[in-house]
Amino acid sequence: MTRKSRRLWLIIACIACLGAAAALMLRAFSSDIVFFVTPSQVETKPPPADRTVRLGGMVVAGSVKREKHGETPVARFDVTDGQAAVTVRYEGILPDLFREGQSVVAVGSMQKDGFVASEVLAKHDETYMPKEVAEALKKSGKWDPRFGPPPSAASWNSMTVQDAKKDLSGKNSAASNPAQTPASAPAPAAN
Amino acid sequence: MSASPTLVARTGSFFHRYANPGRFLKLGARIQPWLTWTALLFTLAGLGWGLFYSPADWQQGDSVRIMYVHVPAAILASGGYAALAVCGLLSLVWRHPLADLAAVEIGPVGACITALCLATGSLWGKPMWGTWWVWDARLTSVLVLFFLYLGHIALIRAFDDPQRGYRAAAILALAGAVDLPIIKFSVQWWNTLHQPDSITLTGAPTMSSSMLWPLALSMVGISLGFAAIVVARLRAAVMESRIRSILSSPRRRGGSA
Repeated sequence: MTRKSRRLWLIIACIACLGAAAALMLRAFSSDIVFFVTPSQVETKPPPADRTVRLGGMVVAGSVKREKHGETPVARFDVTDGQAAVTVRYEGILPDLFREGQSVVAVGSMQKDGFVASEVLAKHDETYMPKEVAEALKKSGKWDPRFGPPPSAASWNSMTVQDAKKDLSGKNSAASNPAQTPASAPAPAAN
Repeated sequence: MSASPTLVARTGSFFHRYANPGRFLKLGARIQPWLTWTALLFTLAGLGWGLFYSPADWQQGDSVRIMYVHVPAAILASGGYAALAVCGLLSLVWRHPLADLAAVEIGPVGACITALCLATGSLWGKPMWGTWWVWDARLTSVLVLFFLYLGHIALIRAFDDPQRGYRAAAILALAGAVDLPIIKFSVQWWNTLHQPDSITLTGAPTMSSSMLWPLALSMVGISLGFAAIVVARLRAAVMESRIRSILSSPRRRGGSA
């Protein structure tokens, strides 16, 4: 029996060492593992213009400007993480999920007049909601998709239109979820 | 150290009592129909509900239905590897013969379900994110898991003496288990394109219950299906090894000569 328990402890020790090694390695490379950098990181330490970076954040409500240069659509929009905002310019067709208040990842480089993206990826959050619930929440005035993620799923039933009419006057403040603050953050720095 | 041997011994005898090959064959024959039929029932109910009757997502539309296959596949990909690691521990510490056979049989099933997870994720990523594949932490760590499965499958069959293969594969299974927490927490530790988990142990799910129920059904169904396939393969493997040992036993050789 002692041999068995010796083997067990040996294996536990090996796994612990391996786990520690992996954890240290991942910590050391942590900045390279992140998929995107945030606007405030770009603001404080702008990457060189010849380096491709992925910029991630939320599209600021009301900042999207779509134009057409000949045949190619050109979009300009601001991406924010709540502390800073960066203007992104993108030539091409945006993904279907792109909208104001949506999280996106723009692949491109930082130029003098803002971020020029060669590719825009849409990031969707972990909330799954039927269309009717989304409509009801929007109608009740308790959630505007342009200003951040929806309220928690547990509260959807009490937030549908019927109930909303009853307590529209009283509990309207409940709709201002914390995420609303970063999205409605001050306008981005021009250029 | 005085308490540990009794604990180790007790754990060992527990596994020996409930998982010796003969007992396993008897138990397996009894539970196999139950596993198979409930798996089929739950999977059909869950996927039927999810694919045809559950509501579409407000922003993803009908693409969200890929979830009813993708999420169970992803959970089983990790779960299957965790089972491999447990088999590796049983094999290395207690030299359990059934654990070795189970490791041989779980590997290919797990690799298939991981491939399914990667494929459905890719099909989901193209319409939603706008790309088939990105090298973010979640996707990359699951791809690493797939390669670990392939390595395990190859290693456990690579030696003429099967015992050496079992040994090497058990070590690989245990070492590779480091990837499991990385997969689980990748979406929290680093920013990724993949969204964080909707269903967590600590918080309420961020999903409408009209989508959660079919997902839960298909998750139960596909998990039972995974178990049913592994049990069926394992029963066949135990029978095969018995037949081999009968065929190669000295008495039989003597008799036929």
